[in-house]
Amino acid sequence: MSGKTLYDKIWDAHLVHEAEDGTSLLYIDRHLVHEVTSPQAFEGLRMTGRKVRAPAKTIAVPDHNVPTTAGREDPKNMTEDSAMQVAALDSNAKEFGIHYYPVSDVRQGIVHIVGPEQGWTLPGMTVVCGDSHTATHGAFGALAHGIGTSEVEHVLATQTLIQKKSKNMKVKITGKLRPGVTAKDITLSVIGKTGTAGGTGYVIEYCGEAIRDLSMEGRMTVCNMAIEGGARAGLIAPDEKTFAYVKGRPHAPKDDEFEAALEWWKTLHSDDDAHWDKVVTIAGEDIAPVVTWGTSPEDVLPITDLVPDPSSFEGGKVGAAQRSLDYMGLTPGQKLSDIQIDTVFIGSCTNGRIEDLRAAAAILKGKKVKEGMRAMVVPGSGLVRVQAEEEGLADIFREAGFDWRLAGCSMCLAMNPDQLAPGERCASTSNRNFEGRQGFKGRTHLMSPAMAAAAAVTGHLTDVREMI
Amino acid sequence: MEKFTKLTGIAAPMPLVNVDTDMIIPKQFMKTITREGLGVNLFDEMRYDREGNEIEDFLLNQPAYRKAQILVAGDNFGCGSSREHAPWALADFGIRCVISTSFADIFYNNCFKNGILPIGLPQEDVDKLTEYAERGANATVTVDLERQSITGPDGGEIRFEVDAFKKHCLLNGLDDIGLTMEKAASIDSFEAQAAEARPWV
Repeated sequence: MSGKTLYDKIWDAHLVHEAEDGTSLLYIDRHLVHEVTSPQAFEGLRMTGRKVRAPAKTIAVPDHNVPTTAGREDPKNMTEDSAMQVAALDSNAKEFGIHYYPVSDVRQGIVHIVGPEQGWTLPGMTVVCGDSHTATHGAFGALAHGIGTSEVEHVLATQTLIQKKSKNMKVKITGKLRPGVTAKDITLSVIGKTGTAGGTGYVIEYCGEAIRDLSMEGRMTVCNMAIEGGARAGLIAPDEKTFAYVKGRPHAPKDDEFEAALEWWKTLHSDDDAHWDKVVTIAGEDIAPVVTWGTSPEDVLPITDLVPDPSSFEGGKVGAAQRSLDYMGLTPGQKLSDIQIDTVFIGSCTNGRIEDLRAAAAILKGKKVKEGMRAMVVPGSGLVRVQAEEEGLADIFREAGFDWRLAGCSMCLAMNPDQLAPGERCASTSNRNFEGRQGFKGRTHLMSPAMAAAAAVTGHLTDVREMI
Repeated sequence: MEKFTKLTGIAAPMPLVNVDTDMIIPKQFMKTITREGLGVNLFDEMRYDREGNEIEDFLLNQPAYRKAQILVAGDNFGCGSSREHAPWALADFGIRCVISTSFADIFYNNCFKNGILPIGLPQEDVDKLTEYAERGANATVTVDLERQSITGPDGGEIRFEVDAFKKHCLLNGLDDIGLTMEKAASIDSFEAQAAEARPWV
């Protein structure tokens, strides 16, 4: 019998019940909740007279809808429907007795940044949230994935989820990254290679030297976009970096309990003889700074490349690529680095952490945003914002001409007023370039924070390696 | 949940690949706190212009497909955001069955919670159904979940696979929270063991 993967080990440790056909009941250690996908679930509990089974394991924070401008503690400064959703989360958190970080709390932020920051996310846990980017928490070696609202209700009521086991996929990034290449370039390059459905039915484990070399924040960026490759979850085995990151966080175990946890955490890695259903290997040296050109996260190319010709694709992708180019207003053969932009967005659960802001600020220091451009930085949490101010990063952004905002999801999904106007083109550190994602008829190019900062300075997509 | 047993209806062809849930229901309609009423905004940005007028040539605005109950879609349907508003919008419009070569995982699961049957089939079967669907309102398709079969207007039958537990829930309109709560004793004992083994959780 072959050994176990990390996914197998976490799965086995959380299996409550397994039926003959493999339908399983999995115990959930942490349930993260936000204002947009939870109101119907709480309403469902009320209608059936059910309670939250484990309020101490349930953590709520408003992030998707909230404005990122000053004065947002006052609901009058929110649109009526946003205020209603935030008010619903406020009252649901009180009524059901769950942990809650309101907008007035400095710890408020994007749910996937708050969880790790507060030590809610720990190795070996199962973590779910009504948000597909829950995959982020996989960076800790936690099995973490997005769920729908009916499943949110199911977890609230039972602290379990009905699941069938996924297959195991290994994504190995060997060797060292070249200068100017970041975690975002890794994760986009993987999707560029496997496609947005390449991971469907799998849980991915990222491994290899280039992954080991990443900081915890970089690892979160990689796992965050596992869902964009179709995988439910992305995992990275915990190591000394993970343990050091977790230690001392408010909700992490302390003293003897930490030592006991550590003993188990150290067993959380795939066995050498584990079985993999699919293996993808990419040499770290081959990864370049990349951007997306189309309306699917798989539309990835190195910044030095040209806009592709739709006829170079196969099957349904020919039509999809043509549709993408029409939507994006691009011509085949055009140099990617010639694409002019008018907006820059730095933030999101993919790239809204302190290291992301440092990377962007390093490019922007002493420079100005190209005239006529709109540029904004939205820190991933209130605490990231405070730290960036203390480190002088906020001043660098402001002096360069960036808008320095309050924490939230903001223009990543543009539910709040931070949106692109029709035809506007954005260099964005977020995770999705879908049609209309950042605003009706808005055009999105995904890239790393350093690349977005470089584009802000030049006004066009730019190879950041020319500026370092 | 509404049961799904047997459905005879108009199928609409949407061969676009990678249709994401942002396309199915754009975020501005996620500010609701109920599950109802999203059908009018299904595929909103493809379906209406900025003034709210219908875009004539969009599939579901065409007379033949305004009452479609089955969608024959391209690869990787429902990718992206986990928003259950996508199946809510489909169901509210009247779509009870989506057929494709492949679905994104979270969307696929969300469908079953809302009385929608997603059916994955090989390309050649999807092509055949697309061809039926292109005939418009003159050609209805019958989907029989019990028998796991799809019958086209010419009488030809296509078989499909579905998870036995999901099929059972859909056929009977079962609320799976209720089913899980019947296992409360197992959850209790798991919780007690886990508290012992991993007290820090």
